[in-house]
Amino acid sequence: MDDVRSNFDLVLKAFWVTIELLVLSGVASLVLGTLLGAMRVGPIGVLARFATVYVSIVRNTPLLMVFVFIFIAAPELGWFVGTPFLLKGVVALTVYTSAFVCEAVRSGVNSVSVGQAEASRAIGLTFRQSMQLVVLPQAFRAVVPPLASVLIALAKNTSVAAVFGIMEATARMRYFTNNNAEDRTLIFLTFAIGYIIIVEVMSAGAHALERRWRVAR
Amino acid sequence: MSTVLYDNPGPRTQARHRLYSVIAAGVLLVAAGAVVWRMYETGQFDYALWEPFVTPAYIKVILVDGLWKTLQMAFFSIILAVVFGLVFGVGKLSEHRWVRWPAWVVVEFFRAVPLLLLIVFIFMTYGVGGGIGSFWSVVIGLTLYNGSVLAEVFRAGINAVPKGQSEAAYAIGMSKTQVMRLVLLPQAVKIMLPSIISQMVVALKDTSLGAYVLAPGLTFVAKAIYTEFGNQFQTVIVIAGIYIVVNLLLTWVATWVQKRYVGEKRLDVTHIYGTYESGASMGA
Repeated sequence: MDDVRSNFDLVLKAFWVTIELLVLSGVASLVLGTLLGAMRVGPIGVLARFATVYVSIVRNTPLLMVFVFIFIAAPELGWFVGTPFLLKGVVALTVYTSAFVCEAVRSGVNSVSVGQAEASRAIGLTFRQSMQLVVLPQAFRAVVPPLASVLIALAKNTSVAAVFGIMEATARMRYFTNNNAEDRTLIFLTFAIGYIIIVEVMSAGAHALERRWRVAR
Repeated sequence: MSTVLYDNPGPRTQARHRLYSVIAAGVLLVAAGAVVWRMYETGQFDYALWEPFVTPAYIKVILVDGLWKTLQMAFFSIILAVVFGLVFGVGKLSEHRWVRWPAWVVVEFFRAVPLLLLIVFIFMTYGVGGGIGSFWSVVIGLTLYNGSVLAEVFRAGINAVPKGQSEAAYAIGMSKTQVMRLVLLPQAVKIMLPSIISQMVVALKDTSLGAYVLAPGLTFVAKAIYTEFGNQFQTVIVIAGIYIVVNLLLTWVATWVQKRYVGEKRLDVTHIYGTYESGASMGA
């Protein structure tokens, strides 16, 4: 444990990489996933089908395989050659997480009952008004809990980057346990607590948002 | 068809949508064409690179050492996880603080810790040398993780049983254990069945993480094949394809069970992180 204590900056640095992966791929997945979600619920059949196929392929592939594809298979085609590891990790996490964001967005939109939109059209609101004032505010609220779950899952999924040589928290734990076999449990708990803090902060944030935006239905 | 987003389109909108469809199809086709061209240019269609996947000896390795091991790991861990989830899910609902709190701590801990971190720890501590080996390290890791997720699902399922059911059971003089065993659990398990099957997909995907501790399974076999033949791209396509087919089958079973045995009522587990719907699963 002395090794960890005297090298605690390495622990912090590793968690900083974890947080970098989380924030970068979180933002990118929210953008890409929302776009896919819009395609999926939109009126253009071709795009809806494309989004559906994308989601069912990605959702049923292990994240590790997505990483293998980006890190090992894609360079064979001349893609991602010489791209920084961190960026490749972000791409793999984004490809994977977007599919789940898409599903969360879709279920959020679908949770608004058709009557709401029909009523708003009946009182003469334009498409834009009914979206802005009636449908999206409700969809937005409904989407918060599932989206929070997806992002928390993403926080833990960043650990897969360890397999591909990115020195984030899980890789760093493996490094420490290799050198300090007798302190394994304490080292594991140190890193576990780091992850728990990240997860609990996110989940507390989601609960706060939920409470703040809760409306009587 | 009128949806919450838009009304039935009129003739002019329909024409516009047709135009958009054609443009979108064009863009997608060009993109797909570019990928295929890239594959052609870099020689990915070379028969030698695909050959292992039509060679009986290698097919056997993929199916027996790969798929079969993966299925075994997923199966054992889900069976154990259901037991674990049942114990801790009911424990979290206990009226006794000394039962409820430890159950809560265990469930929260294993749900919040990344599975890979857990597997590495179990393997390094109990798996190496004369220990339990990588196979069981992965199974135990998967059990603890999926068991904790299922504990939350069980709790949600038990809470989803209408309150009148337990009230009526208490009214006719049943004890707490009887109410749980005879009234709540049978109804809860029924509504949870689809979620439990979906959790198998999560477990199946997560078995791939075992590759980090050299556990057997599809991902491990994949690495062996592309190391030997240098056909990284083809291997990923084939192995990912196998995962996808098996998982789609499982999802189909879950849907069928939902329709056949549960009906319209759906247990909402999207807010529980770690379920299939929330995209936990690193593998998941």
